[in-house]
Amino acid sequence: MLRSSSPGAAADPTAATPGGVLPDAAGVVGAVVDPELPMLTLTELGVVRDVRQDGDEVVVTITPTYSGCPAMDSIRADIRAALLQAGYEQVDVRTVLAPAWTTDWISESGKRKLAAAGIVPPGPAPRRAAGPVPLTLTARATPADCPRCGHADTEVLAAFGATACRELRRCRACREPFERVKEI
Amino acid sequence: MAFDDAYRALTDHDDDARWAYGTGFADPFAGVPTELPAGVDPADLAAYCLMLGDDALIMSHRLQEWVTRAPELEDELALANIALDLLGQARLLLTRAGQAEGSGRDEDTMAFRREAAEFRHVCLAERADADFAHLVARLLVLSTWRLAAFDRLTASRDPMLAAVAAKGIKEITYHRDYAAQWVVRLGDGTELSHARMAAAAEAIAAPAGELFRPHEVEIRLAAAGVAVDPSTLRAEFDAVLGQVLTAATLDPHIFDTEMYAPADCGAAATMPPGPGAPGGRPPSGRDGEHTAALHDILTEMQSLARAVPGGAW
Repeated sequence: MLRSSSPGAAADPTAATPGGVLPDAAGVVGAVVDPELPMLTLTELGVVRDVRQDGDEVVVTITPTYSGCPAMDSIRADIRAALLQAGYEQVDVRTVLAPAWTTDWISESGKRKLAAAGIVPPGPAPRRAAGPVPLTLTARATPADCPRCGHADTEVLAAFGATACRELRRCRACREPFERVKEI
Repeated sequence: MAFDDAYRALTDHDDDARWAYGTGFADPFAGVPTELPAGVDPADLAAYCLMLGDDALIMSHRLQEWVTRAPELEDELALANIALDLLGQARLLLTRAGQAEGSGRDEDTMAFRREAAEFRHVCLAERADADFAHLVARLLVLSTWRLAAFDRLTASRDPMLAAVAAKGIKEITYHRDYAAQWVVRLGDGTELSHARMAAAAEAIAAPAGELFRPHEVEIRLAAAGVAVDPSTLRAEFDAVLGQVLTAATLDPHIFDTEMYAPADCGAAATMPPGPGAPGGRPPSGRDGEHTAALHDILTEMQSLARAVPGGAW
């Protein structure tokens, strides 16, 4: 078979397969990384909700992490470009707003990759009880071990970091700053 | 995807939405179904989306003004993040307003081509901040009201409003926490910070009353299961503000006022009259009645778009 005679083709899901057989669309979309957290794929981040393949047409459904996410257009374009490059000609990238994105959708492999990149992954998203949204007047004391030295004695430097989803922390033991993805 | 060659990466693909900033800032609802709920006046839905969208757009602009002027760099990041969230909410709501009115006006047309009298935010959103205490007081009031409203809007019969609300709640929760923590820090701080925090709260107490005075559009849409009657938010608002003001060692009853007059917004007399309100009720920001502060905002926000129609970069 052509495919088996071309080593690497199976390992690279974005490459068009010789002989006109298109690579699996979910595999192509699954390899597209997030522009802000490039160590994660959009699928691991939970932004890609669905990939449907109907012949030559692919419909991808995505959801924004935050309402103001300025990378949504870039994400749409990256997914579209990857599929076009893989040989698909009809690509439709749709947006859904409900249900709203939550950090619980970051996959286990995504969390491992965040940790490997020195970013503390989020814990479980807070579950809200019935009634009004509770007010928090003191900074949350979310525990987070230092990703560099492993020490548990760390503090929040700023609740808002380089992107809306990250906070800036510092380890009191090794004094190194690091980031943590906040639960939402 | 390979980006070994930066020039190739820039020019490789025939799509103008390649970058998040610059050309082709696409429709935020790309691919989202846009049907309107049955039995609802599209003009009312459009007006209501503008109310919620303009509150966010104008407050976002005021927040952005503080970037490079905040007490600490960390707070500039916080304010920029909050402004970005509100801008995102505004984009969705202004787009929805355009869909509802069926005019073909998109979010950019709504933001950059409307005149002052067509904006429907409350005057508290456009008010200039005398100092940082004014900013956090306004943010506390606006986000407390918005959180209570969005919480109820998750049950809206308009699926788009419900989705925007469900998403927005997560964001407004930390907007309100951020503002509340600053009000406590300043109120329960030094003699000087306490006095300035108290002055800020007192200055915006009367304008804040506008948020709770129902507009005809809100009443009609609330009856149709689409909107929320803002007068029903008062109890939750008072409870939250009482909690914050008490912790801040401020008078917990500062905002216990039902009084509101357009003059409370400041320089209303210097503005050309807006379209007015039906039924003899005094006009408000929800009717397009605004202060000179909005002119300052629009002059800055719209100047480029008006000078270079259709411009992109």
